[in-house]
Amino acid sequence: MTAKVVTITSGKGGVGKTTATANIGVALASLGHPAVCIDADIGLRNLDVIMGLENRIVYDLVDVVEGRCKLRQSMIKDKRVPDLYLIPAAQARDKTSVSPQDMIRLCDELRSHCEWILIDSPAGIERGFRNAIAPADLVLIITNPEVSAVRDADRIIGLIEAEGKGPGQLIINRLKPEMVKKGDMLGEEDILDVLAIELIGLVPEDDAVITASNQGNPVALNASSSAGNAFRDIARRLNGEEVPFEPLYDQQGFLKRISRLVRSGGDR
Amino acid sequence: MSFRDRLLGRDRRSAQTARKRLQLVLIHDRAGISPGKLDALKDDLIAAISRHVEIDASNVHVSLRSERDKQRLVADIPLATSRARRRELG
Ligand SMILES: Nc1ncnc2c1ncn2[C@@H]1O[C@H](COP(=O)(O)OP(=O)(O)OP(=O)(O)O)[C@@H](O)[C@H]1O
Ligand SMILES: [Mg+2]
Repeated sequence: MTAKVVTITSGKGGVGKTTATANIGVALASLGHPAVCIDADIGLRNLDVIMGLENRIVYDLVDVVEGRCKLRQSMIKDKRVPDLYLIPAAQARDKTSVSPQDMIRLCDELRSHCEWILIDSPAGIERGFRNAIAPADLVLIITNPEVSAVRDADRIIGLIEAEGKGPGQLIINRLKPEMVKKGDMLGEEDILDVLAIELIGLVPEDDAVITASNQGNPVALNASSSAGNAFRDIARRLNGEEVPFEPLYDQQGFLKRISRLVRSGGDR
Repeated sequence: MSFRDRLLGRDRRSAQTARKRLQLVLIHDRAGISPGKLDALKDDLIAAISRHVEIDASNVHVSLRSERDKQRLVADIPLATSRARRRELG
């Protein structure tokens, strides 16, 4: 095994990097592809709670980098799916505790142990972002269908190209099909038009993401979640499968809309 | 769309507004020139060109245009025609 390193980043904060990292990791492992998720958001650790592994942390990323533990000891095994691991970020440290070189060395050591290494990048374009993209073979840029988030994604796409890490691929998260259809939300065509980047995922807004984060059970474990489905599709595309993009808001998607209406208790 | 918006003729859906604003902001971001800087550049341009040829300064347009892989600074500088000059003279 030689793992491929995929970094999930965004520029703008709060658009869904951690959610995407956890769910793509879960989806890859469920498909039988061993994956390690690394939380590179040092000082603002979150991937552990999204994955529901926060109570099992002993060592973290900075402990590995500073030699206080072996790499293996910092890897928390997820018991719900085969071969999924988390390397948590340090909470009480700052991002200068780790260098881009450290990240490259760590990932190189990990590569022979899994097929996928997923790195959850912090928001921004500073040191933490540079740490996260340094070892990347592929960068996934995630955005929301809003002017500010797309603008920041454009900036990140430029930086990634300048670092020789391009071309990245795009995930559009939190799409509301009804709003797009009414013309009150940017759709994927609008966004792809201005960003000129390949698309790898369209993730709808889904209340199940929030209940999942309440419980520490990523939505990709939930077979009936639309966001979970979208993350599973991304995992399959990463593996080279041709997965068509499901039209989230085609005119004929009447049944889908009805079923959504019923599921969400009729509130639109 | 609210009734009031309709009355005011604001019949554009917000996604369309978002698209336009996004395009404009990206053009400026990518070129590294803010709208204010572009205005200053326009003033300098008018001053420089006026030293060589008489132009119709009030109708100069300087804008950024974005194509697939190129950013273009486009200046439209009308020369002061004799007709315009005559108009100016009253
Ligand atoms: N598809 C979705 N549907 C509904 N809620 C979502 C979706 N994706 C993300 N969220 C919610 O958005 C919030 C931000 O998500 P997340 O923490 O993954 O973002 P982030 O980019 O990692 O943020 P930060 O920049 O702070 O690290 C969370 O409350 C999450 O539950
Ligand atoms: Mg995060």
